[in-house]
Amino acid sequence: MEKRVVFRHRWLPYALLAPQLAITIVFFLWPASQALWQSMLIQDAFGLSVRFVWFDNFTYLFNSREYLNSIRVTAIFSVGVTVLGLAVALLLAAVADHVIKGALAYKTLLIWPYAVAPAIAGVLWLFLFNPSVGIVAWWLGGAGITWNHQINGNQAMQLVIFAAAWKQISYNFLFFLAGMQAIPRSLIEAAAIDCAGPVKRFFTIIFPLLSPTTFFLLVVNIVYAFFDTFGIIHAVTRGGPAQATNIMVYKVYSDGFIGLNLGSSAAQSVILMAIVITLTVVQFRFIERRVQYG
Amino acid sequence: MQKKTLVAATFAAGLLATTSIAPISSAEAKTQIQWWHAMGGANGERIEKIAADFTASQDEYEVIPSFKGSYAETMTAAIAAFRAGEQPHIVQVFEVGTATMMGATGAIYPVHQLMADAGEPFDPSVYLQAVTGYYTTADGEMLSMPFNSSTPVLWYNKDAFAAAGLDPETPPATWPELEEAALALQEAGYPCGFTTAWESWVHVENLSAWHNQPIGTLANGFEGLGTELVINETVVVDHISKMGEWQQSKIFDYGGRTNQAAPKFYNQECAMYTESSAGYAGISANVTDFEFGIGMLPYWPDVEGAPQNSIIGGASLWVLQGHADEAYQGVAQFFTYLSSPEVQAWYHQETGYLPITEAAYELTREQGFYDEFPGADISVRQINLNPPTENSRGLRFGNFVQIRDIIAEELERVWAGDASAKEALDEAARRGNELLRQFEQQQG
Repeated sequence: MEKRVVFRHRWLPYALLAPQLAITIVFFLWPASQALWQSMLIQDAFGLSVRFVWFDNFTYLFNSREYLNSIRVTAIFSVGVTVLGLAVALLLAAVADHVIKGALAYKTLLIWPYAVAPAIAGVLWLFLFNPSVGIVAWWLGGAGITWNHQINGNQAMQLVIFAAAWKQISYNFLFFLAGMQAIPRSLIEAAAIDCAGPVKRFFTIIFPLLSPTTFFLLVVNIVYAFFDTFGIIHAVTRGGPAQATNIMVYKVYSDGFIGLNLGSSAAQSVILMAIVITLTVVQFRFIERRVQYG
Repeated sequence: MQKKTLVAATFAAGLLATTSIAPISSAEAKTQIQWWHAMGGANGERIEKIAADFTASQDEYEVIPSFKGSYAETMTAAIAAFRAGEQPHIVQVFEVGTATMMGATGAIYPVHQLMADAGEPFDPSVYLQAVTGYYTTADGEMLSMPFNSSTPVLWYNKDAFAAAGLDPETPPATWPELEEAALALQEAGYPCGFTTAWESWVHVENLSAWHNQPIGTLANGFEGLGTELVINETVVVDHISKMGEWQQSKIFDYGGRTNQAAPKFYNQECAMYTESSAGYAGISANVTDFEFGIGMLPYWPDVEGAPQNSIIGGASLWVLQGHADEAYQGVAQFFTYLSSPEVQAWYHQETGYLPITEAAYELTREQGFYDEFPGADISVRQINLNPPTENSRGLRFGNFVQIRDIIAEELERVWAGDASAKEALDEAARRGNELLRQFEQQQG
């Protein structure tokens, strides 16, 4: 028994789709095609001398040490942000699920960071870790660790990963908590009667049943780490020191808007687009098969 | 594109609607001149004043300044506006953007040509050659109007000098003397000898010019796009190598790429500080516990030809093509006004930027400014020490914003003890040359 609604008019479905299509064309397809076209041009900043060079911009990028470094940095950064953001959120959600008194207050407070704009989040962390005036940097100094992310690339990377993950934890937390609350209590109670402790219950029942949520969040977090973290990088490190945090999306900006090399910048954004399309396809095709949908 | 035009049209229609209701005032009869600049805060207010004073001085033109953010943002905004056909008449561009602007032959209106076309009296020889030279072609044609220029000098703590048994009225003139002074200061309990702002500008670019040695081939890029960096083959190598040693013993202590090291000077951690002459405002506002003095940049006495003259930093005003002749007439008049000794002397004394004409410098002296603030003329004397050579006129490298970052990155490896001066500068030259080739290609 299939229920189907059939439109009688030929044009009606298209008319209903038109607003969405218009938005997609204007804000996605048109800019994307422009990027593709520009990625095959070499031009000066003012656009007075434009030459069509096929794939020269791409060849140049893949022979450039700086770009290969940027790819490596992006991989470390996005894995760091995703793993840290998901793990901490899962832990918090598991704990919050058990809290009985004041649960609402905890949940509300945990969601707050999500409302903070990336640039502001970056500045907050920057203040905490500022080598000369930051309180955390001062504590670390007391503990014998010299904190200076302006010179030390590893520390700079850790700092931007913390800042980016911190902002995303709230979002992940919301979904994990909702996912946990959707798990039938009877399953958990049955396991408890069979003498499974909280940790065992979590790994044998809750976590597997959460896999659709985890999978969804994995996709969202990787896309977040790739694209939405520009503000944090810009506010905290500007890609430095010595390119240590120059993630690909930031390099698109710095080469295009500071360096005024539009061809290379466009080529980089095309590469980013290809990477994200591939990632999404891979995730849906191969990982989704192993996910159990409750 | 179409959407943008539509929005612009709607906006314009809205503007028209409002202006048509308003009674026609005398201001509307004036030809408007748009001036995009990158000066916030107190310096932004000075720009507003210059524009307002010029507008009030005659009836035909109105100069409208707009603040567009940082130097890089202002330049990008002007370029984007040019591509969309909505460029301002005048845009302030930082000195490292010179090569990019110069390369855009169809987009810029060279100042010497503008003045000639407008029939404005214009004599390039009244300008200070060390200032205008930076913005002049190899044939001596002035392309943009210098606006805010400064040069690095040595700031020092007079009280600390006295405490260390040094003469507070005699700043070290050479690097060996500075080393001795730093050792005496450390003996007297000061943790660090000197620190610096803008490491590439001071210790690579200016150091080269000051010792009359090239930064790049083809007269530092003035004579062609095929220029290559040679900073890994000159006095710079020895100097950076020495600075690397000094970093270990804190005779030198690094504090950041821009002027982030300033607090080290303010809180008397480092008694000497190489920083722009335009740092005057910040230094006089923040230094309260001690008296400070200004000296010329030190030099290496064993290098022949040193000291030559130092080069400038800052920004100049570029005129963009695509407007009516009438407006350019106004721009030319505005530049004449801006170059007048009164305006220049006022601006120089208010901001600490260099005057652009000999007459403004003389006027400032007559007004007794240098007696009241001793050392304020060091910067002018330093850029005028000798007639500029092709090594000390300035530099003209494409993509130089990024190249400066590369140099800073490589220098930081020396300060951290991770690379020798030679290794780091070889790498800086290699990476910088890659960007120079890229720029050459872009210019087609």
